[in-house]
Amino acid sequence: MYDIAIIGAGIIGTFIARELSRYNLDIVILEKDNDISSGATKANTGIVHAGYDAKPDTKMAYFNVKGNPMFDKVCEELDVTFKRKGSLVLGFNEEDMETIEELYERGKKNKVPNLEIIDRERIEELEPNIGKDVVRALYAPTAGIISPWELAIGLAENAMDNGAELMLNTEVKDIESMDNGYKIKTNEKEIEAKYIINCAGVYADEISRMVGDNSFKITPRSGQYYLLDKNAGRIMNTVVFQCPRKFGKGVVISPTAHGNIIVGPDNEISPNKDATETTGYRLEMIKQTAQKSIDGIPFNKNITNFTGIRAEPDTGDFIIEESKVAKGFINVGGIKSPGLTSSPAIAEYVVEIVKNISAGLEEKKDFNPRRRKVIRFAELSNEEKAELIKKDPSYGKIICRCETVTEGEIIDCINRNAGATTVDGVKRRTKAGFGRCQGGFCMPRVMEILARELNKDMTDIVKDKTGSYILTGETKEIENEEK
Amino acid sequence: MDVYEKVCIVCPRGCRLTIRKDETSLKGYSVEGNTCKRGAEYGIKEVTNPTRVITSTVKLKSDHLNRLPVVTKGGIPKGKMMESMKVINNIEVKAPVKEGEIIIENILDTGIDLVSSRTVEQ
Amino acid sequence: MKSYEIVVIGGGPAGLAAAIEARKNGVENILVIERDKELGGILQQCIHNGFGLHVFKEELTGPQYSERFIRELKGMGIEYKLDTMVLHIDENKNIEAINKEDGFIEIKAEAIVLAMGCRERPRGAITIPGTRPSGIFTAGTAQRFVNMEGYQVGKKVVILGSGDIGLIMARRMTLEGAKVEAVVELMPYSGGLTRNIVQCLDDFNIPLLLSHTIVDIKGKDRLEGVVVAKVDENRKPIPGSEVEYECDTLLLSVGLIPENELSNQANIEIDPITNGPIVNESMETSVKGIFACGNVVHVHDLVDNVTRESRKAGKYAAKFVKDELKEDSHIVETIAGEGVRYIVPQQIRVENVEDDITLFMRVTDIFKDAKLVLENGDKSIKEIKKIQFTPGEMEEIKINASDLKEDIESLRVSVQKGGK
Repeated sequence: MYDIAIIGAGIIGTFIARELSRYNLDIVILEKDNDISSGATKANTGIVHAGYDAKPDTKMAYFNVKGNPMFDKVCEELDVTFKRKGSLVLGFNEEDMETIEELYERGKKNKVPNLEIIDRERIEELEPNIGKDVVRALYAPTAGIISPWELAIGLAENAMDNGAELMLNTEVKDIESMDNGYKIKTNEKEIEAKYIINCAGVYADEISRMVGDNSFKITPRSGQYYLLDKNAGRIMNTVVFQCPRKFGKGVVISPTAHGNIIVGPDNEISPNKDATETTGYRLEMIKQTAQKSIDGIPFNKNITNFTGIRAEPDTGDFIIEESKVAKGFINVGGIKSPGLTSSPAIAEYVVEIVKNISAGLEEKKDFNPRRRKVIRFAELSNEEKAELIKKDPSYGKIICRCETVTEGEIIDCINRNAGATTVDGVKRRTKAGFGRCQGGFCMPRVMEILARELNKDMTDIVKDKTGSYILTGETKEIENEEK
Repeated sequence: MDVYEKVCIVCPRGCRLTIRKDETSLKGYSVEGNTCKRGAEYGIKEVTNPTRVITSTVKLKSDHLNRLPVVTKGGIPKGKMMESMKVINNIEVKAPVKEGEIIIENILDTGIDLVSSRTVEQ
Repeated sequence: MKSYEIVVIGGGPAGLAAAIEARKNGVENILVIERDKELGGILQQCIHNGFGLHVFKEELTGPQYSERFIRELKGMGIEYKLDTMVLHIDENKNIEAINKEDGFIEIKAEAIVLAMGCRERPRGAITIPGTRPSGIFTAGTAQRFVNMEGYQVGKKVVILGSGDIGLIMARRMTLEGAKVEAVVELMPYSGGLTRNIVQCLDDFNIPLLLSHTIVDIKGKDRLEGVVVAKVDENRKPIPGSEVEYECDTLLLSVGLIPENELSNQANIEIDPITNGPIVNESMETSVKGIFACGNVVHVHDLVDNVTRESRKAGKYAAKFVKDELKEDSHIVETIAGEGVRYIVPQQIRVENVEDDITLFMRVTDIFKDAKLVLENGDKSIKEIKKIQFTPGEMEEIKINASDLKEDIESLRVSVQKGGK
């Protein structure tokens, strides 16, 4: 029997797992998909918000402002790219000015540090390509950018390094309550745990219902994006918002942690919880809206489009509490934006809940907050490159030429805890295939390495989710089959 | 009657040919629209006995390549393309192979050999 | 640090021809750097025939064509490194590369020939909406899987783009047992050679849908279908014309882009139309001593033309090394006029032209019964008449050295009415 079962390996589930792995607990993470961060975590803007957006006295405001300054440390420990770039909310007209004033006041109430309203001259210093109709802006220097999946993967790996277990491809089907805990029925096997932490994202309400808790409902909302080539990255420096609308923070243009430009999202009710398709008219709307913010966004350098699904709770705020009807079952639901920013503070808070309901936790003596450094070949100096190849020749072979990713990096990302098993898994960990040719050149090579390292057949390697097979068989086999 | 419109594929130019049955001509057909002699020959052949060069691969045992590219050393009847693939798909060769080496002699009794189109050392 | 007189980056048809020609012109110390495990480049996966009609006067497959050059290169004893990736070059012709055996390599070259080829435009470059399942390949990636690695990428296939790679893959997939449902082309004409439409589509009754595009992609994990719509004269989809094709595979043949990461590092000036370096009569880029040839300069449709162009680059790189290139010659600019998209080379240093020089160019649209006119000011120097010009086929005009006089500032080529 496990002490704790965490359902969902997104940013929230992995962060909580990592924080709980500081204590002497048997922890298991149950994930329905075949990799960490397969839901909203892999498909969002990747912004660590300053915290002026959420209404004062909400959990969102509290955890956002508390979470923001926690990123530097955790990203340093887990060797995850994080950059404080600052953010601007642009004002184009009188109405916007009112909104900006309101956000400024809200930010002050939420205790966001160093907020300023700046004029066009200052804006131009920060963003020389700012749209011509921009008059003033709210400037928040503490906003940052991060790759959310990189952080989730780092957290999962570190949690596993410290003893947590990860079960992929394990979908929770039903939960039965027992005297001393819960029996969790999955598509794979039954798992028993004293406590359950429900971090199932858009599915959190369905999981909660399995223990008879119908206290909240999640509506999926979707946002679509453009991702532009790195060579478009030079057009801007900060995270640029337009004034927020009813749902969400308006279209953002931002550099990404990996040097691309991301444009999006819009925000619409999603027909279902996994409707991740993009649509022509919505992408067109985003394009037209974004062009007001920054001059000359090179949409011809688009490398991919995607859709993220957010968990919109009907309570209007994050749900982070032990269920009122199921003892030892903790809901962490409705974690929409600013969920990523809030995640470190949420995890810390959930640890407190567990402490309270379990009558104290015992700290692990040998907890290691760091994961083994990730070698990013492209970022090394020439001397370091030379030294590294001498030590391990697999770093002397470039697999992805767009992002300069070596065979050594790919082998390493497969063989770590919470390692990659799919082509997209390798992409999320190493950036191989993330560049302008989108894997056209490196995909066959990545598949070869995956097959070799995981001792699988090439035809068993999938792109992303379990059914996303790439090859349909070998050539020259058709006639033989007929025989 | 007996007029055919064909696009010449002898070279990348793609001349548009008109081929007419013509008893008075030596070969029984007259060709217009061609810009070279080979085009006229192609035109007549295309309406009497069209042929195609087949390029494909065969299974290969080698250190660094799974398939050996092969090519027919001349056109085979167009109608025999899919049938020839069945024969090609059931061949396996072992490196070393030289470019031009015969892989299947006289494929489907067409009088045409299937040869390796590259060298594989090992 | 090692030093060479000429380093050729890329061991495909362009790099091979350039290196061989440089050696023939008396340069001893040459290195070819290739990132793949063998020489030959993309030609090794182009197993179809149709190569070499100009250069060898016979019809060869891609591997046969490249093998002739590989044999010649090896016969000459020209040094080459396989599985080696160039990471960086600079204006002073310092090269950084890596491979497993030598590790981190620093090389100083007197001249560099860029022959890195091009890459395929992926789905994102044309923003097709819909889901992101597996089963969507660029045609070249699929070609490598099928022809070299021996894997089949799908059973029911739709191909977007009727350029030659798309057409060739329609036939390849069919011969390997797949069903190709349609080839979809945005433009009202095919970007490929007519002979390929006959041999690759007509022979197998594969429909070519001109003025159509793909507007939606279906399927959660693996591709399940694509929605094809007609487009109007502005290439916008016509609402109501959508038809869904069930398929597990979509091959994209939607354009090639010269691979110029290294060129950018060396601050080489890039032509916004070709997306390749601006070159002069010697195939020299804006950086002295760095030459470029083949698809890195502009995308070719015939490898024979790549060979011709690359031989020139090799020859002039040799001249550069031997200090025989004239740098302060009178310069004539070539200008793409009405109906012409671009011309390569963009500049001609008159004194370096020996007997003649060939201008390569593409037209902007289909022109019937038209002529290409080469003019100096308003004086016509040369005309080429044709029944049809198409953007899919590269055109060329040869100019005699005697026509390049000192008083000429520029040469303009335009498409005019009145052909054959």
